[in-house]
Amino acid sequence: MDDTPELERFRAEAAIWLESQLAGPFRDIRGLNNHVDLIERRRDWEQCLGAAGWSCVGWPAAYGGRDASIAQQVVFAEEYARARAPARIGHIGVELAGPTLLAFGTPAQKKRFLPDIAAGRAIWCQGYSEPNAGSDLANVRTKARRDGERYIIDGQKIWTSMGQIADWCFVLCRTEPGSVGNKGLSFLLVNMHQPGVTVRPIRQMTGESEFSEVFFDGALAEVRDLVGAEGDGWRVAMGLLGFERGVSTLAQQMQFRNELDALIELAKENGKAADPLIRQRLAQAQIGLRIMRFNALRLLANAESGQLSPEGYTYKLYWSTWHRNLGELVMDVAGPAAEIGETAERFPPLTTMFLMSRADTIYAGTNQIQRNIIAERALGLPREARGP
Amino acid sequence: MHFALTDDQRAIRDSVQAFLQEAAGLDRLRSTIEADAGWDAELWHNLAVDMGYAGLMVPEAYGGIGGGAVDMALVLEETGARLAMAPFFETAVLGVQTILGAGTEAQKRSLLPGLADGSTKATLALTGPQGRPAPDGVTAWLRAEEGAWRLSGESCFVPFAHVADLLLVAARAPLSAGPRGISLLALPRDATGLRVERQPGLDPTRPLCRLTFDTVAVAPDQILGRAEEAGPVLERILATAAGLLAAEQTGGAAFCLATTVEYAQQRVQFGRKIASFQAVKHELADMMVAVEAARSAALYAAAAIDTDTDLLEACSAAKSWCSDAYRHCAGETIQLHGGIGFTWEHHAHLYFKRAWSSSAWLGDPAHHRERVARLMGLDDIP
Repeated sequence: MDDTPELERFRAEAAIWLESQLAGPFRDIRGLNNHVDLIERRRDWEQCLGAAGWSCVGWPAAYGGRDASIAQQVVFAEEYARARAPARIGHIGVELAGPTLLAFGTPAQKKRFLPDIAAGRAIWCQGYSEPNAGSDLANVRTKARRDGERYIIDGQKIWTSMGQIADWCFVLCRTEPGSVGNKGLSFLLVNMHQPGVTVRPIRQMTGESEFSEVFFDGALAEVRDLVGAEGDGWRVAMGLLGFERGVSTLAQQMQFRNELDALIELAKENGKAADPLIRQRLAQAQIGLRIMRFNALRLLANAESGQLSPEGYTYKLYWSTWHRNLGELVMDVAGPAAEIGETAERFPPLTTMFLMSRADTIYAGTNQIQRNIIAERALGLPREARGP
Repeated sequence: MHFALTDDQRAIRDSVQAFLQEAAGLDRLRSTIEADAGWDAELWHNLAVDMGYAGLMVPEAYGGIGGGAVDMALVLEETGARLAMAPFFETAVLGVQTILGAGTEAQKRSLLPGLADGSTKATLALTGPQGRPAPDGVTAWLRAEEGAWRLSGESCFVPFAHVADLLLVAARAPLSAGPRGISLLALPRDATGLRVERQPGLDPTRPLCRLTFDTVAVAPDQILGRAEEAGPVLERILATAAGLLAAEQTGGAAFCLATTVEYAQQRVQFGRKIASFQAVKHELADMMVAVEAARSAALYAAAAIDTDTDLLEACSAAKSWCSDAYRHCAGETIQLHGGIGFTWEHHAHLYFKRAWSSSAWLGDPAHHRERVARLMGLDDIP
């Protein structure tokens, strides 16, 4: 599990560059891990990453990446988190839209969109969920009808991360009138800067707004911005879900590591580290995080050798549950101090983490949906009956 | 980062899996349990002698295969899945690790080849009747009397001692406590003054014995390494053993999941397979999460043993997680089988009992979590 000398050089190069930027021009946003503060500075950061070739390291160099191996991608993700670099506001483009285009896009689409994502010039958002299409994603009702070389889109999306600031949105919409379920859907790339698009932020239980509702009212998309064939949107959308558990999971784990380390420090400072029950729970959190890392390494090792990986199905349920438990442990360790904020909307980072963790078991497939997926796809049990 | 199995490792796993599927069925296990011998001699011979896996972790210089802990973990996952009723873990892990860790060069040369070729079956005696984890729980006494070493007292919960040829015994010096004053001894089962009796055990697939020592004479070359100085090395031996027991537990938990999935696909109630009920599906999904995490934890521990990085933490992490996972999966196996799962005839209780016996053995989950708590620095001054 040690780095090869080559990988060690790569790690050192990444670490030195990150430190030079984050101790220097980007000092002010170091350690920011929400997606709402100092957005203009965050854009600068995305562009700085892009200019230095550190934005999308695993992508082909032709599109602004550096053809990094999976091992190198893991190393960069680790160094990124270790350096306490700010959370990526470009993550939807970098982790979801980009990989989808790499897998399903035409050469022209790749050329048109990928360099802007890698350069940090275009921020993306994801147009999947709707008021009546949450867990039942295939119940999408947003419609797109073709009019010459354009599609005209009407409908509403919800829980759209980065919707407020995004330049582009990938929209799952119904192109075949009268179709139901996962048939007749298409995957369209839509420019957010146009009169037919309205964005309304949603205030969440943390007091912040990271999600939005997005309304399409005669919004336009070009036919050349359809990914996959018309009516083939479900396949593209499902392919994308696979990208949600790639290398980025290891970056996420480094974030978890930072949170757990902060919690351990707090427990030592306030004396809770001597409480035998708290010790057991802190140890369980530590053990759970170590295992999460090895789950991910098994997943990536198998991905690299092209094998199906059953543990991949369990990944989301595992980490969301771990993180929710960590949130509860935070409150038990911190005690009443966790309940006092700077303002009624701004609480200590660990308190915010506790509140945010209640979303983890809901988005990208609730824990209940995850259990269905594991049962049906990994264990081969009968599928759920659908309503009439 | 190199976490994919090698071709050799896949070959080891596949060979053991194929052999045990053929040779270690539940019917055969049942008849072994009901017979008096208390072990499956033929299965032992196949696994240890014919396939040579008793010597899997013995270096080639001492007649073994020279494999690593990851290789062993793959074998143990399969023996655990079949509750293979032979002193395999006891010999190939406890015996080998104890001699490798504590023995002198001469002792390794004289003892390891017999373990490696399967001609010597070994086990390790650790704790007294209260069953506290070693080193605190070591209660057999070793003292020098007129220039000669004498062993007295007792050791309990010693698996497969009734068939072991070589008994490795942890003993402590009078008035010593904790890791101080610990010696590790290698005694033949027929040593004068040493008595082995089987204890009526909850888990019939891993028979436990009580050893009593009536001032047993111990020759200097029967003391592994230096007398009264084995405490630190014992900690590492037991951590390694606990980390590898986690692989055996993973195998048992995985077997519980697989057989329960199979049953839920057959059993019909209310006119449908019970596997179609979401309450059943979700429980099986949770079992799978536990099993896959257990597999990661056990491989993590094995890799840590092989590379000697984070060994203590990795092994404690694996032992606590895999104990919990096995207990959960074995318990839910009974639950999801319903009434039939509560019967003596069904295999569910054998796995359930093994889950609880192996959880209590070599340090229970709370014990290992407390060690992780110490290792993660909770006692450091902030």
